[in-house]
Amino acid sequence: MNLDAFWIILTGALVAVSCSLLGCFLILRRMAMVGDAISHAVLPGIVLAFLFSGSREVWTMLIGAAALGVACTFLIEFFHKKANVPADASIGVTFTWLFALGIILISVYAGKVDLDQDCVLYGEIAYVPLDIWLTEAGMNLGPRTVWVLGGVLVILLVFISLFYKQLYLTSFDPAFAAAIGISTSLWYYLLMGAVSLTTVAAFESVGAILVVALMVGPPATAYLLTDDLRKMLVISVGCGIIASAAGFYLALWLNGSVAGAISVIIGVQFMLAFVFSPSHGLVARRRRPAVLAEA
Amino acid sequence: MNTLWEFLSMSDANVRFVTIGSILLAASSAVVGCFTVLRKRALVGDAVAHAVLPGVCLAFILTGEKNPLILLLGSFVTGWLSLILIDVITAKSRIKEDTAIGLVLSVFFGVGILFLTSIQHSGNENQSGLDKFLFGSAAALVGQDLITFGAVAVLLLASVLLLYKEFKLLSFDMAYARTIGLPVRTLELLLTTLTVLAVVVGIQSVGVVLMSAMLITPAAAARFWTDRLGIMVTIAALMSAFCGAAGAFVSFTAPAMPTGPWIVMLLSLLAILSFILAPKKGLLARYLLQRRVRRQMTRENILKTLFHLGEPTAEYEHAYTKQQILERRKQPLLRMNKGLEVLCRQGLVKKNAQGWALTVAGKKEAQRVVRLHRLWELYLTQYLQVASDHVHEDAESIEHVLTPELEKRLEELLNFPTTDPHQTSIPQQS
Repeated sequence: MNLDAFWIILTGALVAVSCSLLGCFLILRRMAMVGDAISHAVLPGIVLAFLFSGSREVWTMLIGAAALGVACTFLIEFFHKKANVPADASIGVTFTWLFALGIILISVYAGKVDLDQDCVLYGEIAYVPLDIWLTEAGMNLGPRTVWVLGGVLVILLVFISLFYKQLYLTSFDPAFAAAIGISTSLWYYLLMGAVSLTTVAAFESVGAILVVALMVGPPATAYLLTDDLRKMLVISVGCGIIASAAGFYLALWLNGSVAGAISVIIGVQFMLAFVFSPSHGLVARRRRPAVLAEA
Repeated sequence: MNTLWEFLSMSDANVRFVTIGSILLAASSAVVGCFTVLRKRALVGDAVAHAVLPGVCLAFILTGEKNPLILLLGSFVTGWLSLILIDVITAKSRIKEDTAIGLVLSVFFGVGILFLTSIQHSGNENQSGLDKFLFGSAAALVGQDLITFGAVAVLLLASVLLLYKEFKLLSFDMAYARTIGLPVRTLELLLTTLTVLAVVVGIQSVGVVLMSAMLITPAAAARFWTDRLGIMVTIAALMSAFCGAAGAFVSFTAPAMPTGPWIVMLLSLLAILSFILAPKKGLLARYLLQRRVRRQMTRENILKTLFHLGEPTAEYEHAYTKQQILERRKQPLLRMNKGLEVLCRQGLVKKNAQGWALTVAGKKEAQRVVRLHRLWELYLTQYLQVASDHVHEDAESIEHVLTPELEKRLEELLNFPTTDPHQTSIPQQS
């Protein structure tokens, strides 16, 4: 394994770990599609941050896009609660609108914004090793993206481990959480903020839609394998890392997009769990009535 | 201006084709979208849209050319497959629908991207233009493509028109449809097939990602203007057709501009305007209605307070100061001032040196409200066995909404009572 391959797999793994950690909470709250919406809606935020800062200044972009992501969830809630738009239609209208805005901005400022339309959708993880971060002393610190993703992952880990109880309670039993004084909407928006932050950080390398694959796929697989949230987090992280490594070699073999290949592996993992999971798989479900009959 | 004129005159055959094509594509997806939105399957369309990509690529890999019919067939097959997978995953495991949609959508799209990039890197010259499916390009529609997709769009519109009654029943009352012997399964299958077809066709103009907007946005917007399905479908189709034409115009003036996002942008703006401005259902209309009701309640409460103040002495047209009113019933001063002003204008209250007094008409109106209040209190204690010290709060809110018909029924039911549970008299209708 050469150094480039190592960096690409590491980037993929970092994205996978961040996304699948958050994804667990999303699918438990039945908000997978809100995650999908956010991953599209951050686009105008990224473009605007680009235009205002005039550079790829990482933190401006992260903040700009995270703001847009949270704004997107606000809009979805607003259309749904205040204007009585059905929930799914409200998601559909909001994210397509923001995404369209992003694409239009990119085309209008084509000369000034260093982003292209296809990249927005599926990113280009293969270019990660090219953008090296050199210190002033000329020391090679490795790809810049890896540092950004690592930073975001650390933030997420701190966030989840410090506030595990709140996230857990508001996801499973919002009524009880509210009763003991945990604000459900505060944690809802914090979680959405974290989702936006992760999406933006992952955007360049895997693009909008594959963020969703990583956010929904590994947690869904883990959800079929365990009933314990802690185990679910660990399993989905494991699945995500395996998918990013296997995906890299699949892409190499087919000479195609690494991000696409990663999501193919995620699909395969899910299918395996769907059929063979010892507790919730198709085979186990079919066999269970027989076991009961014997007993 | 000149370009607009040139566009509208349609002297250029190409422009004519593209415009008519976009209008047809947009309108047909909006029509089908109405049914998916009403059946709460809006986001399923999003999954289908993404699932079309691997089909297109696979069809190209297998045939090596971009025959529109073959590509259509390929996308149709994978689109369908994605829907079946979503159903199987939700039915056969504990995965919820939103997760299933997200998973199928992103994995199918991932497969599509893998194929697409693989084709692009393979060096087949024929492939250029496949990526048009990602963002759509109305301007790229020419000749045979347009005829194929146009025909499918017409077919879609025709089948919705023919089976309109059946689809309507399916969307609103599935149980009834089954009872009267409609083949519900077949119809559902047909509607799903039409959705997949609409997606496959619509993608030509807006691309994979934004396709769900073509289904959802016009339908959601049209829903705000009417309660009738026929009108809703028409409004959605017109809105979409207009935006489709505008998209074609953008393609015409600025070929570098992506058509799809512009169409979606216009549609979304129309939708947001509808959410806010639509009569009756719009945010603004509902806010105004709420305000009107709130003010009406304030005024009725003021009349009631003046009536209560006069009750001990039975001199109802005596004047009271604002201070006295406030002592009897606490309320925001500004709101009360506004209420008194309007009551004056309506001739229900008059102002003199001592303060504010009920007029004859005002007394009658106040009596009506107080009557309703006390009738309701009596009803609650007699028929629902609510303790008499618990009934006041409830009567406070219902006195503003009871209709004269209900008032009559209550009176009959309570046998024309004269006193309420607190032993105060119920004012009789004069």
